[in-house]
Amino acid sequence: MQKIMVCIKRVVDYNVRVRVKPDGSGVMLDGVKMSVNPFDEIALEEALRIKERVGGVEVLAVSIGVADTQQQLRTALAMGADRALLVQSDAAVEPLTAAQTFLAVAQKEQPDLVFLGKQAIDDDANQTGQMLAAMWDRPQATYASKVQIEGAKAQVTREVDAGLETIEVDLPAVITVDLRLNEPRYVKLPDIMKAKKKPLDVTTLDALGVSAGQLIKIVKTDPPPLRQKGVMVKDVAELFAVLKKKGLL
Amino acid sequence: MHKILIVGEHDGKTLNPATAKCVTCARSVADAEISIALLGADTAAVAAQAAALASVKSVLRIDREENAHPLAATFAPQLAALAADFSHLLGPSTSFGKDLMPRVAALLKVPQVSDLMAVEGAYRFRRPIYAGNAIVTVEADPARKLVATVRVASFEAAGGGGSASIESKSLGIALPSHTRYVGAKSGSTDRPDLQTASKVVSGGRALGSAENFKLLFSFADKIGAAVGASRAAVDAGYAPNEMQVGQTGKIIAPEMYIAVGISGAIQHLTGIKDARTIVAINKDGEAPIFEVADVGLVGDLFQVMPELQKLVGT
Repeated sequence: MQKIMVCIKRVVDYNVRVRVKPDGSGVMLDGVKMSVNPFDEIALEEALRIKERVGGVEVLAVSIGVADTQQQLRTALAMGADRALLVQSDAAVEPLTAAQTFLAVAQKEQPDLVFLGKQAIDDDANQTGQMLAAMWDRPQATYASKVQIEGAKAQVTREVDAGLETIEVDLPAVITVDLRLNEPRYVKLPDIMKAKKKPLDVTTLDALGVSAGQLIKIVKTDPPPLRQKGVMVKDVAELFAVLKKKGLL
Repeated sequence: MHKILIVGEHDGKTLNPATAKCVTCARSVADAEISIALLGADTAAVAAQAAALASVKSVLRIDREENAHPLAATFAPQLAALAADFSHLLGPSTSFGKDLMPRVAALLKVPQVSDLMAVEGAYRFRRPIYAGNAIVTVEADPARKLVATVRVASFEAAGGGGSASIESKSLGIALPSHTRYVGAKSGSTDRPDLQTASKVVSGGRALGSAENFKLLFSFADKIGAAVGASRAAVDAGYAPNEMQVGQTGKIIAPEMYIAVGISGAIQHLTGIKDARTIVAINKDGEAPIFEVADVGLVGDLFQVMPELQKLVGT
């Protein structure tokens, strides 16, 4: 185990209540707090824990996005990544393009493991890790809740609908992480200072030979349908009566 | 005509109801011819179930030893090969489909549309983003194969009465051995399945312990409901992960959803928005769950639940 690559996305902070623009052209992003996608934070934390356990491992954080994405990569460096790479793109990048971009980086960097969050909380697509694994022709272990490295293999416990499933994959492999894999560390001030001196390279999709075409056209964005205002009942007897009347109990 | 192939989900014995919901989604594409692909070690039993679904024209069985467990790494190349004869490839937005379909899409070098919630045309769909706080209408390129996952909570299950042809196919392609199934652990129960139950009782952090969840189990058994949990309750160890309802857990659409001691974070609400009737029981009258509830009661769940159970029993 020598190198772990972690893919990170800059997204609207998960505490922000996203609103749709009145003209339906998208969601309001002006002045909204941006953060590292929470699942990607868990991915990075896992990489750092492996680095701390195994030793001699380099952790590389990679992101695709606007110039300001450097902020999120600095956060990754402050958490403990050794270096960072921003593939700068002003246009939003679809999962397939993101996977092609990470593939180009992986082929150059030859990591033993690539960690990503299982999904980004903006587009909720849940695709990039699987697509990267397919194009890289390597194993994928999605929705990881436990990762054990044993030499050139990894045992990964996955959160699936029926409960937990364990698979074994040969390295290099792509692992996408779920919520309960770990609890990401808090960044301390000295780490933020240290992170400023760590290398953060910037490249472009062009330089990596990736074209950023829009393959799925977004026609319009609507707010979700509103639910009818409900009724408040005063006690259990009334609750029971209302549900009984609806034929639900 | 649009030739649609649905990737069937099953455990070797029973076809997952998500498959019948994908059929309904496919049926809402005009002029569709629907097939179902079943990969497994022996799919005879599930093929018969799939063939009985209304509107399905053919069922394709791909039986081989390596297909005993659904691994995306081995299933994807087989589905990519099968896709040659189809314009659309649909899978369910379950952990099975979400894991598998993007790998198929990438092998076909096409994008994927995740979580279809409505069909507006053969290549035009609606899907949720930002945990359901916005709905986008998207258009895919008709010149490419369409790969998509279906948000199963948005579609009713297709009925029976069909009589599709069943065909065994041998693809003769080499499969990778770099990914191996080790084992599974599931809290199997006699209760209704969370994803298909018509009634669901769900608990949040206010339950306070795994022990206290028994209060919900007992009530659920009384009314024939499945039991779910909020992320907070699962994180706290009160309930296992497979019970989680929400953006990153299960998205469900029961007739009635009873949220007990759940405050209603947006990530949770996205998982229950399609419930016909939402009932909220919470001590905090300001809890956001009351904004979406059809029926709300401000009260202490430890008093309310036993009292409600007593009334149901009479």
